[in-house]
Amino acid sequence: MKVTIDGIPVEVEAGTTILNAARIIGGDIVPPAMCYYSKLEGSGGKCRTCLVKVSKGSEKDPRPMPKLVASCRTTVMDGMEVQNITSPEVIEARKGIVEMLLINHPLDCPICDQAGECDLQNLGFEHGAEKTRYEFDRRTFEKIDIGDKIQLHMTRCILCYRCVFTADQITDHREHGILNRGDHSEISTYIQKVIDNDFSGNVIDVCPVGALTDKTFRFKNRVWFTKPVEAHRDCDHPGCNGKVTLWYKGEDVLRVTARKDVYGEVEEFICNTCRFDKKKTSDWVIEGPRKVANWSVISANKYDTLKPLPVVKTNPVLVEANKEQFERETRL
Amino acid sequence: MARKLLLEHINVPGINTFDVYRQKGGYAAVEKALKTLTPEEIVEEVKKSGLRGRGGAGFPTGMKWSFLAKPEGVARYLVCNADESEPGTFKDRYLMTYIPHLLIEGMIVSSFALGAHASYIYVRGEMMPQIRILEKAIAEAKAKGFLGKNILGTGYDLELYVQPGGGAYICGEETALLESLEGKRGNPRIKPPFPAIAGLYGCPTVVNNVESIAAVVPIINEGGEEYAKVGVGRSTGTKLISAGGNVKKPGVYEIDLGLPVEEFLYSDEYCGGIANGKRLKAVVAGGSSVPILPANLFLKTINGDARLMSYESLADGGFVSGTMMGSGGFIAFDEDQCIVRNTWNFTRFYHHESCGQCSPCREGTGWMEKVLHRLEYGHGKMSDMDLLVDVSKKIEGNTICPLGDAAAWPVASAIRHFRDEFEWHVTNGAEAVKRNYGLAHYADPLPKPEAV
Repeated sequence: MKVTIDGIPVEVEAGTTILNAARIIGGDIVPPAMCYYSKLEGSGGKCRTCLVKVSKGSEKDPRPMPKLVASCRTTVMDGMEVQNITSPEVIEARKGIVEMLLINHPLDCPICDQAGECDLQNLGFEHGAEKTRYEFDRRTFEKIDIGDKIQLHMTRCILCYRCVFTADQITDHREHGILNRGDHSEISTYIQKVIDNDFSGNVIDVCPVGALTDKTFRFKNRVWFTKPVEAHRDCDHPGCNGKVTLWYKGEDVLRVTARKDVYGEVEEFICNTCRFDKKKTSDWVIEGPRKVANWSVISANKYDTLKPLPVVKTNPVLVEANKEQFERETRL
Repeated sequence: MARKLLLEHINVPGINTFDVYRQKGGYAAVEKALKTLTPEEIVEEVKKSGLRGRGGAGFPTGMKWSFLAKPEGVARYLVCNADESEPGTFKDRYLMTYIPHLLIEGMIVSSFALGAHASYIYVRGEMMPQIRILEKAIAEAKAKGFLGKNILGTGYDLELYVQPGGGAYICGEETALLESLEGKRGNPRIKPPFPAIAGLYGCPTVVNNVESIAAVVPIINEGGEEYAKVGVGRSTGTKLISAGGNVKKPGVYEIDLGLPVEEFLYSDEYCGGIANGKRLKAVVAGGSSVPILPANLFLKTINGDARLMSYESLADGGFVSGTMMGSGGFIAFDEDQCIVRNTWNFTRFYHHESCGQCSPCREGTGWMEKVLHRLEYGHGKMSDMDLLVDVSKKIEGNTICPLGDAAAWPVASAIRHFRDEFEWHVTNGAEAVKRNYGLAHYADPLPKPEAV
C-alpha cells in the first residue's frame, strides 16, 4: 500500500498504522508518541500527541477525515495522504496537548530521576510553549508504597496506561491499575499491595515520565552523568535473554535497564533479577558502549548550545563570563 | 392536539402492568413482527420511517441496523442504552417508570429484526427503582410467553437482561457502555472497529437509546411510511422533550418534530411560558452538551425565520447561531439566571465525569472548571474568556469520544453569545457575587442582516 506522509511516499503492508509508516520514513515527520508502545498490544490512542491530519482518505474514497486522527491507532489505506508537520492545524493541536499534559505535571525535573531520558521533557522541549497559562494549584495524590524496588510518583504520571499493558502482557499477573476517573484517576494497587513479580521492573522502562522509577537508582546520580554500556549475562529465567544496558559512573554500575531504541521503546524486556540484583561488573559480559541513545534533549546537547541569552548580549561583563563558560564547557 | 405515539396511554391507571398494557393494544407490534414480517422487512420499515437516534447524535436508526455485520455462527447483540445522565434530560427515566412494557416490546421487535437472542438494557446505576420496574415487567412478559424460548410459537428465542451501571455519565457513550457491560472499566474504545462490527464480547452489536427502541413499536404498528408523515423534512416522528428550568409546567412532553419552539415554550399545552411572569433569557435546547442560545437567537434563526423543534431547524446557523436537538433536554433560563454560573456548573459536571483516558479532556475540563469558578466568584481576568475559548478549541475534536466535544461546546457558545456578561463578571467582581447580570439585550429583536 502506498501512503504519503508530508509529501514523502512510502510503501507499507496493509494493516500498518500511520505512525509506523512514518517511522519507516523516519526523521522529523515521525509524530511523537507518549502512550503508544509498539511491543504492547492495545496501547496507544490516549495521549493524543500523535494526532495527524488525513487530507486524503484513500485512492477509492479521497475525502479527507473530518477530525484529526491518532496516527498510532489509524491504519493506512492505499493512496492515503497524511499531513503531520506540514499542517498548521496539527502543530496547533499538538501544542495544546503538550500544554494539557504539563498543566498538572509537577515539573520537578531537577529532582526527578527520569530527567535526561524523559519523553515528556523532550516533547515539551520540541513542541511546547515556554510558559504555561495555568494559574492554579497542581493536582496532588496521596503517596503509596508499591514495594522496595519500584518508586511511584503519581503526580508525574500522564496516564498513558503503558505500565498497565506491560503488567497484563509481560508479567504473569497484574497488581496495579487505574483507580478513579477523570483527573483524579491514578495508577495504584487496590488496598496497598506490592507490585512484585519476575518482570514487574519493566514498568519502569515503559514509563514515559518519572512516575515509575527504579528505587535502587533513586537519587544516586543524574542520567546524563552515567555512561551506557551494552552487556549480557546468561539469565536462567525463561523469557529473559539477559541483554541489558548498564549505566556506569566510574567503576560502579548504578543502574541496569533494558536496551531502548531511538523511540525510547525497549528492544527486549528483562527480568527483575537482571535489573535489580546484578550490579557488579563481574556479573556481566561487557559488549561495548551503547550506540543508540534515546533521542533526549540532553543527549542531543540541546541544552549546551550556550547561545547568549538576550540579557547577556547587552551586558559586557556577562558576555565575557559567557565566553569563559563556553570555553570551559567545550574543553571538557 | 397532536397525536401521541409513545405516550398515548400514559395516563391509563395500571399501564405499567402487563394486563392493562395488553388491553390497550400493547404487544401488537410483537405479534405483527414475529408472525407476519421477516427481520429484513422490519429493518426496511424502520429505514422508511426515517427514525433518527433519540440519544443525541441523531444518526438514522435504520442505517445503523443495516450496518450490522452478520457473520455466520457469531452471536449478535442488541443493547439498549438507558444510561441517561445528561443534565436536563429525563425522558427515558419517565418512559421506563410509567410504561416499561413499551420499551420491552420495542426490544423484542428490534432484537428479532437484528437476529439477537440475548439483549441487554444497560440502566444507569442511580435508577434503582426503574431497574426494579423493568425486571418486574420482564418477568411478566416472560410469564405470558413474550420472552424466553419459542416466543408466541414462532420459534424465536430471546432473553432480555437488565444491567445496572455504576453511575457514570461516560458509560452512556456506546463503546464505554459495552466495556462496562463486559465488566471492565468504562473507558470508551478507540474506533474503528465500530460496535456494528465488533461490539459486545467482540460480536456485532447495535446500541440504541430507550426512546429509539420504543419508537420502533408505533413504526411496526402503523408502518414506516405512516410514521414518516409525522414531523418535518428529515426529522420524522415524535420526540420526547424533557422540559425543565424556569418554565411554568416542567415535565416530559411528546411533540411532533417540527413544532415551532415558540409554541412549545409558551402554549399551555406544553411548557406554559416562563414561571413567575419573568422573561426568557437563554435556552439550552437539547441537554447540557449542546450550545446555549440567547432568547432572541433561539426563537428566530439568524435569517428571521421562526425556529422549529426539529433536528435541522435547531441546527440552523451551525455553531455560530444555532444549537442542536441533542437528547431533548430542554432547559429554559429566565432573566434572573446567571449564565456564567450555569456554564461553570455544566463544566464542573464534565470535569467530574471525564473518564481520564485521553489527555485533552482529562486536563482541559478541569482547567476550564477552575477558570470558570474564578470568573463566577469575581476573581476573573479579561484574558480568561479568550483562554477558555482557546482551551475548548483544543479539546474539541481531539479526543477519543464525544465527551470532549460535549464539554467544549457549552463553554464556547456561552462565551460567544454572552461575552458581555462574562466581562461584567470581571469588571464588577464584587457585585457579580451579590446579584445577576439580568436580561440585558439577550431578548432584543435580532438586527436585520444588511443587504450587500
